[in-house]
Amino acid sequence: MSRAFSWIGQILLYAAFAAFIGVFTRWPSYQHLQPDHALVKLSLIHHGQRVGECRQLSAEELEKLPPNMRAPMSCPRERSPILVEVDIDGDTVLRQAAQPSGLSRDGVASVYQRAEVPAGVHRFDIRLRDSARTEGFDYERIEVLELRPAQILVIDFNAGKGGITLQ
Amino acid sequence: MIRASSLAAWNSCERALDTLFGGALNPLRHLGALAFLFFLLLAISGVYLYAVFDTSVEGAWRSIDDLSRDQWWLGGLLRSLHRYAADAFVLVMLLHLAREWLHGHYRGFRRYSWLTGVPLLLFAFVGAIGGFWLKWDRLGQFSAIATAEMLDWLPIFSAAFTRNFLGNEAVSDRLFSLFVFVHIGVSLLLLFLAWFHVQRISHAEMLPSRPLALGATVALLTLALLSPVMSQAPADLSVAPGELAIDWLLLFIHPVMYATSPGWAWALSAGTLLLLFALPFATRSVRPPVARVDAANCNGCRQCFDDCPYAAITLLPHPDGKPGNEIAVVQGELCASCGICTGACPPSTPFRSVETLTPGIDMPQSPIGALRAQLEARLAAMGGDHRIVVFGCDHGARASTVEGTDVAAFSLLCTGMLPPSFVEYALRRGATGVVVTGCRENGCEFRLGNQWTGERLRGARQPRLRSRVPRERLRVAWADRGEEESLHAALRELRKLPRAVSGPIRRLQRGMR
Ligand code: SF4
Ligand code: SF4
Repeated sequence: MSRAFSWIGQILLYAAFAAFIGVFTRWPSYQHLQPDHALVKLSLIHHGQRVGECRQLSAEELEKLPPNMRAPMSCPRERSPILVEVDIDGDTVLRQAAQPSGLSRDGVASVYQRAEVPAGVHRFDIRLRDSARTEGFDYERIEVLELRPAQILVIDFNAGKGGITLQ
Repeated sequence: MIRASSLAAWNSCERALDTLFGGALNPLRHLGALAFLFFLLLAISGVYLYAVFDTSVEGAWRSIDDLSRDQWWLGGLLRSLHRYAADAFVLVMLLHLAREWLHGHYRGFRRYSWLTGVPLLLFAFVGAIGGFWLKWDRLGQFSAIATAEMLDWLPIFSAAFTRNFLGNEAVSDRLFSLFVFVHIGVSLLLLFLAWFHVQRISHAEMLPSRPLALGATVALLTLALLSPVMSQAPADLSVAPGELAIDWLLLFIHPVMYATSPGWAWALSAGTLLLLFALPFATRSVRPPVARVDAANCNGCRQCFDDCPYAAITLLPHPDGKPGNEIAVVQGELCASCGICTGACPPSTPFRSVETLTPGIDMPQSPIGALRAQLEARLAAMGGDHRIVVFGCDHGARASTVEGTDVAAFSLLCTGMLPPSFVEYALRRGATGVVVTGCRENGCEFRLGNQWTGERLRGARQPRLRSRVPRERLRVAWADRGEEESLHAALRELRKLPRAVSGPIRRLQRGMR
């Protein structure tokens, strides 16, 4: 094989290698969120309520405890699982039940889900159950919101801010 | 079956590139070395980027974006080189993995290299993905959130990561310190592991030859100049990225996750890694006998130690107790059973006047003494004008295919097992020509066998083929399986030579009659 042919071949191969990298580092473009859609993120970390009521200890029960552990109330550590549902325009779009973390099930329960919705005006009905009840919800928030294209709406929970929050 | 046909296709590509580049410059034959080169480029460009990088929420995007706009000729160029070198690194690493798999190089004595190589995949992708977060543009935002969502899918994390990206106010400077740690820390771990990966091979090719290194670097620099990497719009966690120009080579796992689910993305990535880890254990192969040292014939010259491609030989004090004397010791679990050490061992010369030729180190399944005996017997039985000896190996072109009335063919474990003095010995014993063959250049099954043999025959490496051997009587034909035509061509050339061997060998031939 002639030297010139070998040189040209090598240059072409290096060029093909570079072109392969150059192309696939940007093409084809990836459509992460559909045009004219917004993103709803349901993300909350929440302590469910205790599964049982706190109870006043009797004098005899207190007597049996070591002196440094004689708290007058006994509260069960275990927390309730939580259940969150989000209806958008009447359809349940997001729904997740979460168990409390920790070996004694006394930690936080966490929820994370996302949904793409067309931009525009929507009616949100968000419900959260964090107690041992089997029916109904402990918190509910209904809002009518207008979502811009590409907007991210975060649904969270903050007891200090009145429960379910939207941002 | 799939592997066999893929290997055939791979070999065709490799040979096609051989004709363009030659074995020494063929990128497909130096993928590991190219990976090290790209890592070096990453390190050099990375040091500069780290020096100018601002590890704050406010400054991260700007410090990198400014490089491309205000300093395209240095910072911008290095930034683009950094990205493209990462792509090239991952690309050659995957090709290297594919090549080794196709050749079945994951079992037996190679298991260690395979098992230390597989985690490099994980480190490479984690380190590379971490780099995208640092520049904190829309793509970095997308990648960081996708990674957080994938991690949070694991029950151990309790959605802890995704909450870092719920809003712009959730992102803190501390997060960027974590990003830096992931990107640089994981890359350093990768380097550390790569060091283990090459531990069991000697004369490891840490960088490709200069023309190849130059070609690859210039190719990436040209790409960086012609198509510089630019930041996308700054990250804004209140807005979801829509259409993204994405680096598919490094970030493909994110679209895979959004097209399926985090669980599937984990199944794909962890499953692939587990499969690769399990591969060496899934196939049982019978290990051939390893090299054996004969204390009486080992003089501790260290030539086997220098030439063993797998660092399987160490030197210890000789049992004869003489001060300073050493003996070669083979570490069986590292030995590839290639016999290259026998080819290097001075006492394996067939000229020794011992009835049974026993070198300092030998292969029990294919002793060098047996080769001498067979060679003598075959030459004695051959008549006719031409008596040609072919020394080949079990992995390259099949020497047995040219066996005939005027050709005596011998197949060794590796061509590197051939002590060069056997060429002279054959000529002195009446051979009119010798062909030495083995795998193609830089394609030796045992890494260095044909390289060492070539150097020994040229007189550039110990033990040397003596200069008095008429070189026109010797043909070297590096050819793979299926390329036996090269052997026939070498034989045709030798048959054209006059029958009588000239010069000192002729006189010696006469003397031996
Ligand atoms: S047979 Fe090969 S791997 Fe084993 S000791 Fe000899 S040269 Fe090294
Ligand atoms: S090359 Fe042979 S003689 Fe030299 S150290 Fe190795 S085994 Fe011993």
